[in-house]
Amino acid sequence: MVATALAFAGFVQEHAEEVHAGDGGTLAEYAWLIPLVPMVMAFVILFFGKFSPWKGWAMAAGTLGFVAVYGTALTVENLREGIVTQSAINVGDIGVFSLEWGVIVDGLSILMFFLVGVVGFLVFVYAKGYMKGDARHTWFFASFTLFVGGMLVLVSAPNFIQLILGWELVGVASYLLIGHYWEDLDNVDAANKAFMTNKVADAALFLGAVIMAVSAGSFNFAEIFTAMADGQTTLATLGFWAGLLLFIGAMGKSAQFPLHVWLPDAMAGPTPVSALMHAATMVTAGVYLIARLFPFYQVPEFAGDLNTIIVIIGAITLFFMGLLAIVQDDIKRVLAYSTVSQLGYMMAAMGVGAYTAGLFHLFTHAFFKGLLFLGAGSIIHAVHSNNMSDMGGLRKYMPVTFWTFMIGTAALVGIFPFAGFWSKDEIIASAYFNASDGEAAAWFMVVLSISGAVITAFYMARAVNLTFFGTYLGEGQPHESPAIMTWPMIALAVGAATTGLLNIPGLTQVFTDWVTTRAFPITEHHFEAVNFGLLAIITPAVLIGLGIGWLLYGSQRELHHTVTDDEGHRSVEVERPSYSVPVLTPVLEHGYYIDDLYMNGVVRPIMGPIADAVVWTDDTVIDAVPHLTAALTSEVGGVVVWTDDKAVDGFYHAAVGSVAAVGRFLRQFFPGQVQQYVALSFAGVVAIAALFIIF
Amino acid sequence: MTIIQFIILGAAMFAVGLFGVLTRRNAVLVLASVEVMLAAVNINLVAFDTYLADPAHTGQVFALFVIALAAAEVGIGIAIVLMIFRNRHSADVDELDLMKY
Repeated sequence: MVATALAFAGFVQEHAEEVHAGDGGTLAEYAWLIPLVPMVMAFVILFFGKFSPWKGWAMAAGTLGFVAVYGTALTVENLREGIVTQSAINVGDIGVFSLEWGVIVDGLSILMFFLVGVVGFLVFVYAKGYMKGDARHTWFFASFTLFVGGMLVLVSAPNFIQLILGWELVGVASYLLIGHYWEDLDNVDAANKAFMTNKVADAALFLGAVIMAVSAGSFNFAEIFTAMADGQTTLATLGFWAGLLLFIGAMGKSAQFPLHVWLPDAMAGPTPVSALMHAATMVTAGVYLIARLFPFYQVPEFAGDLNTIIVIIGAITLFFMGLLAIVQDDIKRVLAYSTVSQLGYMMAAMGVGAYTAGLFHLFTHAFFKGLLFLGAGSIIHAVHSNNMSDMGGLRKYMPVTFWTFMIGTAALVGIFPFAGFWSKDEIIASAYFNASDGEAAAWFMVVLSISGAVITAFYMARAVNLTFFGTYLGEGQPHESPAIMTWPMIALAVGAATTGLLNIPGLTQVFTDWVTTRAFPITEHHFEAVNFGLLAIITPAVLIGLGIGWLLYGSQRELHHTVTDDEGHRSVEVERPSYSVPVLTPVLEHGYYIDDLYMNGVVRPIMGPIADAVVWTDDTVIDAVPHLTAALTSEVGGVVVWTDDKAVDGFYHAAVGSVAAVGRFLRQFFPGQVQQYVALSFAGVVAIAALFIIF
Repeated sequence: MTIIQFIILGAAMFAVGLFGVLTRRNAVLVLASVEVMLAAVNINLVAFDTYLADPAHTGQVFALFVIALAAAEVGIGIAIVLMIFRNRHSADVDELDLMKY
């Protein structure tokens, strides 16, 4: 045991690389404003948003603008000088643990500040057009700002307590946003499902955090890593379980198989929410958590098994969830499964130790997936339906949406030189690099991620063909969205086209420099060169995927029947190609029956008895209280009425009667004769004078 | 002349005036009696002013005030009596019991 701990300590010291970085000066010193401002503004918008310009939108967009500008400034400073610093204030103590509120500023958190700020700002601008006229406009922007604020609290956390606080804030805000249209029961169910699924994962996260904190004596990341380096034996023993539990927590937020079920249903929320949730916020939290705790996932004693698990889960997610995107009709669900699949890439990259590649894909994905969702929102705004069976031919009606969507698609499937090409290639190259080192799980990942790239190309070709090409099948005449919605799409399209150029192996390494400044030293198993052998496989594979998609779903496959109805009118009916493979199609359409499994295997057996118990308690215990209270109130009322009539009224009647009697008695002495009054007052004067004389 | 003679005169006039106020039926005569009482007071004021040799002559000044007040009072009083007489065709104070209650 001690030997293990010592080996562990030796490992950490050996691999601690020197990072030359400053503390960022005043800019980093005030970075605590980044999570604080959105948190405060969320409540300001909630209470005062109604009275502000555009009913809270201006405040929300201003807040995001602040985060974007601050994040950009930190990014520039980080690339120039490098920033690694953390600070915290002590809020209180519980036993030996101190509760701290702080901010950690290094390449990783700056990356998240930048992404959340910039992508978030663009989505907020877009939301002004999309949410126009919504019944709960101010409430939407308040919870949206809270959502962003929670994410910023999470990514700035230097300890587990603050991380979990942000983690839960994101969960609560996502619940509010997914259930924004709560008039429809399906949306409420989706919100509940997201919340519950996340809670299952959160329970694991709590346990993992508590194991780490109790072993190390602190919730602080720095102190936990120091304790590891010092050879804390409990931590070395329980490390595997703590790491596994934390990974399960990350699986929940980052929608890894088999906890992915909430994410496609989360499409029930307004499209700007989907865009931000899938791009920069929430689903990236799990990948961020693994990246933040990366030193922990590198300890040789237990990290091997952990990383194998992460790689296998990530690879399964990226391949099998991609397959599900093929059979969806709802365009947002296509994109949702695509997100799950891309998160699988990121997670698997983390598993093989390709820290930079994983974060690079997270970074580029935020731009092109945000863009694709905004494009989908723009289409839904025009067509008034989520279903691709109501779309088609939109290329002519919505040129801006079409071209930006095409750029997003090119970036997602990995066409040279768009963003996804570079980041996905880096992941696959890193996986191959590890595989050739003899990691069996990495081979599994290489095969699945190349197949995944083909599937990505295929389902995107299908979605684009059914949406933008062929004949329009919806109702009415679709129109291009207003400028407030198209400009953010254009801005994100620029990002989707160019962000990949930040890290061209051998040419540029802006992104590598960006995340080199690390608060906690790590070693990477990262491949930093173009692997032409892999490219020779991937690029043709992607093109084949696109080609098959076009062959099966292109507009040339549309069938036009001329139909004559009873009155002799002739009309053209359009029939789209649809394919069904025995066994496979039903399985995919039911999402591998995972939902049914959870519903019948977990939710119903637990929920049934609970529901019965709740009904019984309500009928017998809880109802008894109001019944008893009512009876008691009635009795007390009777007593009060009697007291009022007899005692209180009696007292007043007696008092009033006696005053009246005195008045009647005195009145007879004053009949109204002036001279009598004068005589009486003179008698009074005489009496007073007499008193003066006597005394 | 001693002060006592003026006091007796003032007291006598005051008593006469008071008798008139309390016994006369006619409101005009009641008012006249009030004037007599005020005159009695004036006599007292002036007498004591001289007796005490007040350099500021407070008593005489007060007497002037009382005269002015008496004039005002009789003006208002006569007006009220006139109005009552016009309305009721009588100035008998015994019939004026409206101040009851």
